[in-house]
Amino acid sequence: MGFKIMPKSALADWVNRLRADYRVVGPQPRHGQYVFAEINDPADLALDYPTSVLPPKQYLLPPREVLFNFQNSGMRIEANIKVEPTVILGVHTCDMHAIRLLDHVHNNGYADQHYQTHRANTYLVSIECLKPCMEHSFCKSMGTLTVPEEFDLHLTDLGTAYTVDIGSEKGEKLLEGFDQVWDASDDDYQLLSRVLTEKWPRFSYRLDFDVTELPDILNLSQKSSYWNELGDRCLACGMCTKVCPTCYCFDVSDTVDLTLKNGKRIRTWDSCQVEEFALVAGGHNFRSKRALRQRHRFLRKGKYQYEAFGMVGCVGCGRCAQACLVHITPVETFNELYRRSQRTEPAEVKA
Amino acid sequence: MTTLLKETLQHSSIYVPTIARITAVRDLTELEKLFTLELPHHYSLSHRPGQFVEVSLMGVGEAPISITSSPSRTNSVFELCIRRVGNLTNALHQLQPGQFVGIRGPFGRGFPFERFRGKDLLFVPGGLGLAPLRSLINEVLDDRGKYGRITILYGARSPQDLLFREELAEWQARADVDVQVTVDRPDDTWGGNIGVITTLFKNLHLHARNTVAVVVGPPVMYRFVLMELLGKGISEGNIWFSFERRMKCGVGKCGHCQLQHIYTCQDGPSFSYADIKHLEEAL
Repeated sequence: MGFKIMPKSALADWVNRLRADYRVVGPQPRHGQYVFAEINDPADLALDYPTSVLPPKQYLLPPREVLFNFQNSGMRIEANIKVEPTVILGVHTCDMHAIRLLDHVHNNGYADQHYQTHRANTYLVSIECLKPCMEHSFCKSMGTLTVPEEFDLHLTDLGTAYTVDIGSEKGEKLLEGFDQVWDASDDDYQLLSRVLTEKWPRFSYRLDFDVTELPDILNLSQKSSYWNELGDRCLACGMCTKVCPTCYCFDVSDTVDLTLKNGKRIRTWDSCQVEEFALVAGGHNFRSKRALRQRHRFLRKGKYQYEAFGMVGCVGCGRCAQACLVHITPVETFNELYRRSQRTEPAEVKA
Repeated sequence: MTTLLKETLQHSSIYVPTIARITAVRDLTELEKLFTLELPHHYSLSHRPGQFVEVSLMGVGEAPISITSSPSRTNSVFELCIRRVGNLTNALHQLQPGQFVGIRGPFGRGFPFERFRGKDLLFVPGGLGLAPLRSLINEVLDDRGKYGRITILYGARSPQDLLFREELAEWQARADVDVQVTVDRPDDTWGGNIGVITTLFKNLHLHARNTVAVVVGPPVMYRFVLMELLGKGISEGNIWFSFERRMKCGVGKCGHCQLQHIYTCQDGPSFSYADIKHLEEAL
């Protein structure tokens, strides 16, 4: 199917139309930054936002989610599977790659029906990134600067209009009955092609090596003293994992009402960076040091997930670097480990 | 009759447990109790030795507990040996027969005991490690003819901490099992071996090439026992462990049990030394 053209002047009408049938969320300015939030007025929607504080992951994995409600001390248990058709507008391509990984994790092995239900009822409208969003992003190095096939609609800003690529039947549904879209003309295609070609030089490669080498570099770094250097700086606050679009670890806890018989089991976002994360009942902590926890985080992103799922767990969004109070950044970490691996390798060969 | 796991998979959420009834509770030591649980009549547990279930008490929480009964003696009734160490286990210790708990699972990979057939078996439980190992030991003893020599080296802190004492006595009484027990801190009544579990290896004679060793105990024990086993010449692929991790979900999602690229709750908790020897943080 060919591309469609939607003039920017039609965007507000389209969003209002969508709002009749869906919860519509998208990037909006708040206190000098941008966040994904429900769109109550299409004028708030900022599709040309740089980056958002949190990725749109919260609509697939809510920070706090009731897994089930129980009554009478558990003799009655009802799963909480909430269906809320949601359109997410303006998802950047790095975040689309992150959703691709989240899909894989939650659909494979034991399927997570809570995620699957959110995901099945989520309509992803992604947007092409035409210029770097901030100093910490390194999507071009990570290979996430083009959209993966998971999009329902994909927009590209052509100045006065958007091209709309329809990626699925769900995407078609979002345009159904909306009459302010046209088939793209030859001129539109030429313009699109030029816009896409011109975007690449604006982004630079931030890693000093190719991403395919990342798992090996990290493997060589397991015993590196660099982890101690990061551990000494790290505050173990867990911000890096909170803002990460591919982090999905959670904690589970129960709450009860005043009868003490009825309540709910809840999962909340958890972080491998906090001290108790790998603690077991007998008191042994498998990652008691911040250095080990930082190593776990970076190896998980760049090596373990690649080994487990065939996908690198970091999409280069740069949010963890922006959120870190002590300036621990993936670009600097990966590059420094690469430099050190280059330095140690000849010695190892000699030995 | 369907299995509990198939039933769990039919729930609208993988996190929703099935309710099981406590039919018996027995004190094993001051800290450990043996719970006998019964699933609703039409479900069987169908586990493998070394697997675990997620046990929950609504309003308190959920924790992974290894199954201590053997598949050979388990159907819809099964046993859990539970040490009181935290909120959930303290609350479980308050429960009486007739009360209910939530169960999900069984999860993880158990021990591949079919591969142990024909071999000499060396079981090395330390402390509460006897709970998961008992499942495998009884499975093997109930099919005794398929295995070679069987040796059990059991270490506990003190005589009061010994688990399953009657069963230990039964095993000791058998001519076809060699059972040796040691305690770190003896009392006046103790006439047996004294010292940590590795002291039992001094007088141990085994055919290393044909021996499978299965070691389950607290994390600190593994390195020391491993040195003894490798020293005796047992193959890395024939040394088996069960790893303790905090499996909060049991289904490879929550991340707490992650050991490098492995989710212990999925690919473990049973691992051979050959499987994990290159993994930092494993032991």
